[in-house]
Amino acid sequence: MSAPARDLGPIIGPGHTFETVTDKIAAVVLSETRKGWMLGFGISFVLLTIFLQCVAVLFVRGIGIWGINIPVGWGFDIINFVWWIGIGHAGTLISAILLLFRQTWRTSINRFAEAMTLFAVACAGLYPILHLGRPWLFYWLLPYPNAMGMWPNFRSPLMWDVFAVSTYATVSALFWFVGLIPDLATLRDRSTSRVGRIIYGILAMGWRGSARHWNRYETAYLLLAGLSTPLVVSVHSVVSFDFAVGIIPGWHATIFPPYFVAGAIYAGFAMVLTLTIPLRRYYGLEDFITMRHINYMARVMLATGLVVAYGYLMEIFMAWYSGNPFESFMVKNRLTGPYSTLYAALIVTNVVIPQLLWFQRVRTNIPLLFAVAMSINVGMWLERYVIIVVSLHRDFLPSSWGMYAGTIYDYGTFIGTIGLFLTLLFLFIRLLPMISIFEMRTLLPEAKVKEKHA
Amino acid sequence: MREQNRDHSSLAEGVLAPDPSPYDWEALRAKLGAATGRKYWRSLEELADSEGFRAFLEAEFPQQASVLNALGRRQFLQLMGASLGLAGLSACTKQPVEKIYPYAKSPEEFVPGQPLYFATALPLSGFGRGVLVESHMGRPTKVEGNPEHPSSLGATDIFAQADILTLYDPDRSQAVRFGGVIRPWTAFVDTAQREFERLGTKKGAGFRILTETVTSPTLAAEIRRLLAEWPEARWHHYEPVNRDHWHAGAKAAFGEVVDPVYRLEAADVVLCIEADLLGPHPGGVRYAREFSWRRHVEEGNGSRMNRLYVVEAAPSITGSVADHRLILRPTECEAFVRALAAALGLPVQTPASMEPHRAFVAAVAKDLARSRGRSLVVAGEALPPSVHALVCAVNSSLANIGKTVSFIDPVGQHPEPQGESLQALVADMDAGKVEVLLVLGGNPVYTAPADLRFAERLQKVPLRIRLGLYEDETSQLCHWHLPEAHVLESWGDVRAHDGTVTLIQPLIAPLYDGKSALEVLAAFSSKPTLTGYEMVRQYWKSAWGDADFESRWRRALHDGVVPGSAAEVRTVSLRQDFFQGLRPLVASPPGLEIILRPDPTVYDGRYANNGWLQELPKPLTKLTWDNVAYLAPATAARLGLRNGDVVEVVAEDRRVKAPVWIQPGQAPDTVLLHWGYGRPKAGRVGGGIGVDAFKLSSSRGHWGMPGGELRKTGDRYRLACTQDHFSLEGRDILRKGTLEEYRHNPSLAPHGHGGGGHGELPSMYPGFPYTGHAWAMSIDLAACIGCGACTIACVAENNIAVVGKDQVARGREMHWIRVDRYYEGNLDGPEFVHQPIPCQQCENAPCELVCPVNATVHSAEGLNDMVYNRCVGTKYCANNCPYKVRRFNFYLYQDWYTESLKLLRNPDVSVRSRGVMEKCTYCVQRINAVRIQAKREGRKIRDGEILTACQQVCPTEAIVFGDMNDPESRVAKLRKLPRTYQLLEELNTRPRTTYLAAVRNPNPELVTGKDHA
Repeated sequence: MSAPARDLGPIIGPGHTFETVTDKIAAVVLSETRKGWMLGFGISFVLLTIFLQCVAVLFVRGIGIWGINIPVGWGFDIINFVWWIGIGHAGTLISAILLLFRQTWRTSINRFAEAMTLFAVACAGLYPILHLGRPWLFYWLLPYPNAMGMWPNFRSPLMWDVFAVSTYATVSALFWFVGLIPDLATLRDRSTSRVGRIIYGILAMGWRGSARHWNRYETAYLLLAGLSTPLVVSVHSVVSFDFAVGIIPGWHATIFPPYFVAGAIYAGFAMVLTLTIPLRRYYGLEDFITMRHINYMARVMLATGLVVAYGYLMEIFMAWYSGNPFESFMVKNRLTGPYSTLYAALIVTNVVIPQLLWFQRVRTNIPLLFAVAMSINVGMWLERYVIIVVSLHRDFLPSSWGMYAGTIYDYGTFIGTIGLFLTLLFLFIRLLPMISIFEMRTLLPEAKVKEKHA
Repeated sequence: MREQNRDHSSLAEGVLAPDPSPYDWEALRAKLGAATGRKYWRSLEELADSEGFRAFLEAEFPQQASVLNALGRRQFLQLMGASLGLAGLSACTKQPVEKIYPYAKSPEEFVPGQPLYFATALPLSGFGRGVLVESHMGRPTKVEGNPEHPSSLGATDIFAQADILTLYDPDRSQAVRFGGVIRPWTAFVDTAQREFERLGTKKGAGFRILTETVTSPTLAAEIRRLLAEWPEARWHHYEPVNRDHWHAGAKAAFGEVVDPVYRLEAADVVLCIEADLLGPHPGGVRYAREFSWRRHVEEGNGSRMNRLYVVEAAPSITGSVADHRLILRPTECEAFVRALAAALGLPVQTPASMEPHRAFVAAVAKDLARSRGRSLVVAGEALPPSVHALVCAVNSSLANIGKTVSFIDPVGQHPEPQGESLQALVADMDAGKVEVLLVLGGNPVYTAPADLRFAERLQKVPLRIRLGLYEDETSQLCHWHLPEAHVLESWGDVRAHDGTVTLIQPLIAPLYDGKSALEVLAAFSSKPTLTGYEMVRQYWKSAWGDADFESRWRRALHDGVVPGSAAEVRTVSLRQDFFQGLRPLVASPPGLEIILRPDPTVYDGRYANNGWLQELPKPLTKLTWDNVAYLAPATAARLGLRNGDVVEVVAEDRRVKAPVWIQPGQAPDTVLLHWGYGRPKAGRVGGGIGVDAFKLSSSRGHWGMPGGELRKTGDRYRLACTQDHFSLEGRDILRKGTLEEYRHNPSLAPHGHGGGGHGELPSMYPGFPYTGHAWAMSIDLAACIGCGACTIACVAENNIAVVGKDQVARGREMHWIRVDRYYEGNLDGPEFVHQPIPCQQCENAPCELVCPVNATVHSAEGLNDMVYNRCVGTKYCANNCPYKVRRFNFYLYQDWYTESLKLLRNPDVSVRSRGVMEKCTYCVQRINAVRIQAKREGRKIRDGEILTACQQVCPTEAIVFGDMNDPESRVAKLRKLPRTYQLLEELNTRPRTTYLAAVRNPNPELVTGKDHA
């Protein structure tokens, strides 16, 4: 990595010392609230209230307020679920896998990406509950001992989902929190308010920075990284089983797990970029999240994007190669059916536009990269729309074919979860260090020199 | 005006109100009509802003006429205070002591939880169809056919199934009203008695009765008694679906008025001309069954299979199962019959206009002639008398009379043609000769031909009394409205299509103190308190004599038929001078022809407020909740119209606006509209939906008329169709072939598919051993006529909710068994195939695997069980069902709150709540009921003992259910037939529901000329 590293610039801006790094990052949390933050938080909160309204109506009236029907029993609910889960993936990948591979450049984005993961999983996790006809009984999906002696159906992919997503949420939260402890201690020490000192103090769990603490921390962190690593692959594989186990043409395909995992990482990195680009600008963190980071993320997107494109290609190929008339009709319907515009948009946003990332000039052009990332965000949403809605709306018996369109509540809930996500994100930025302070410090030349001496 | 209306005191004293409805109905209708322009009449509320509507509401609910406007604020507060004080007082009064008692002596045969069945009959257009009604703890819940009744043979049509909902309809009229004010029944009896005395002095001059078709011997005798007492009084009868044309035709042919009874069982070749013989009419169920008896393909390798030719303008149920279908406009039918008669050697000219159909006519004629005495030609009621007369002549020349068609004295008791009868009444009303009009049932204000201006003339009658199930359009214009007892609440009698009498016995005491027509008539007699029960018994006592009366009476009630009461067959012969008297053929006029017919599901509007029937997809178009202007594809293309475009249909000075629906297989240059919609006062379900096609009808041509016009309005209208896609997409879903093909390839499987569907795909796992019963169902597509009775029987049996038009349009209808209809062939003259689809009860059920909470699981007998209580509503099962038979409660679709509907429900089936998946259970409650019975009696379940609701109702016996582990069972045998196939067999779901490929029997001489098929 050394050769390209020179080309791409440093992973931390020049001229920083331990103190400046700590000052710079902690200042975001400890200084006065800025107007821009207030505005962003305000807008997000308004969106969140839309979500609350939609959910209130949903609980009172039933899921009939959505556009779903027979044959399209899943719509925005599951589209959004898969979309959010996918977005979460970048966090785990960055924190766990890149840590194990000793990719030090991950340091400046991992905290942020992990937080994003957590919030995205929170959004995603809501949908499987909301989408139930009787959401108040969601706990029936859990294998809890009960007087009826009833167990969930362990053959159902939705059951697997429950485990996959809850494990994922738990491990991600732990990982994130453990990683925060040294920084929470920093904030405790630096906080000027009493309340801040108490809260950060409690959260820091008595962290004193002793060598023993560091030793235990490193061990725990590494173990958690090891635990999370399979999750990167497992969660979205399991999500893809929701479809692959089904018999609907367009769902029933063995390629789904790898194709979904790649898609998830693809979407996750796109979302990290979408959020990082404005934030580093607004808080002046260009020295910590450098062009090199951005370039790397663009490369990951390009690679995973190509896997996704391969997936699309294979679907079409297998439809032809299998000779299954239902499969070939499914592809024909995607290409020429009533939703063909969406499929075309999917190909453009998810396959064609990201090809720009082959060019170094695009990867280093911030506005253009932002546009590409947005395109992928949209594209990945469309992908799920195509997989879920377009497959379901015309399956085996032509008599039961139908059409689907989201209602105002579908859109409201979707926008609402974006609100939830952003609200949580704004709170995170304001209340916790969005870049890992102590890890950043290890990147400094000062840290390295000492290591060499030791 | 408002003041007049609120002045009830004058009304109550019996002084005739100036006019209870000073608001011009026509204008209001016009207003309603005008509103159709933009959005149609999605709801009356839309109109609420208009002044007219407010006025209408106030007239409608005089009690609600604004109190605030009339009273000052001060007075209002005083009143409020007073009423509050009074409300408080009531707490001080002691409530009356009402003791309830348990059954000290239980009624005979009454076991709580066990249903009882009672035989009775349900009339349609006056003709009775024998039924057995299931009664749970004294409340009727389900109608089944009476196997001993000639019109039923155990099956029923959709209307009989839905009648049970009408019984419990909360919108039914619930009180005697005079000028809108609730009055006691005795007040009406007083008025009637006063009139009885007054009119008695002048021999009943000015007294008129208007009924629908009356076949009831007791009612007819009762009316005749009155007429005998009052020679000046008159009895009129009218309903839009009447037999006037047939009677006139029979009179022309035979010199006397007779009713036909067909014997399809004996007919090898059947030709139906614009006649929906298997469709909704009093004999339809019987004919459908007889027809299906001759469709058994396996019997003698198809040698007994009949052949059906249909000549019609718009596809009907009968046309959809025809072996050959010739598309002609109604006005061309006479030319066709003449050509046929000529080809059969009768002394008639072949009209030149039939030249293009020469081959068809010749082939049909040859086929008919080959089957002399075993053929049948039937013309529909809508065709003019001249066609009926010619058809009589053709049947006569084919020696069919007495073999495939026999004639009986008219079952209807009133000899006068209905159209003339109504016109005479209207003329007399206009001339002021009618003083008292007693409207017993019917809804003439809505159904009378538009040109008679019935509503307007009706209002010239000084005293108008109406007996009706609903406070409908006619009630609105009458002084007295009397709530009619539903047929399931009243005593009576009725005759079937062949004259067989059934005594009607009530299943329940009238829910709303309704009265039957007999009891209303009694009010105009010297014994005004006579009950229906006494009158019916009196009549039959006089008919049978006192000897042995009780046992005969009990027997007749028990059996549901009066033995030997079928009408005697009359010997008729064609008039000698028939062909001399034949008038020259009137050429079919060019231009657009308007066709008006009863709606396939709401009939002439009498079922408009029945949600089950509204939501039942129309057999061929799968539309619900609306009527439309049906157009041929060619006509629609010429006019540039799409489905849902609103057009104005114009006939002379009459016009309506209706959305277009393109119907493949309809005659070009015709527009078909169904009656029964556009009723402003049908009730909460049927009020204001659709288009009133009666507005187009005229007394000269109430079945339709040439010379119509279509005008595009540019508006669009949303229609709710349950099947949007009608092509098979080349998939092996429906197997169908001709008898010829069947003989060569009995499986009728397409090329490359294994025959029969008996092969099982390999599996890594051992199969489940079904050692006990293994329930299975076989559906014969050769027999299915697509009538939809199975769907509605299932709705009735399984407490299935009505969801409304909006939800249907969103694809959320709840029917557990649907009848898919596919077109095959070209757009202008396609073939039709019906395929009922219930849950396939797969052995490898894709739905079971994916449910995360085990809410849908497999029983040891192979049923795919649905556990409502466990369902959390992920909808995953529905997504993964390849047949899409699962239905989801997206909202709280069931009406949990309306009291009367609670009585309706089948207590053996859970009433589902919001957020729960549901689907066909193979009527598991019926399986279990029989299982318990068999176990108690210590025997095995007999084959045929369990009938699913869809099987029991099916007029053509297309559905067979049973235990496939029992090699002697019918279903096991059917499953072994080579025609058997599994739907989507390649998915290896191993369905328990299997299909038998459809077989048609086309005439080999016509097969090459496929254009007629």
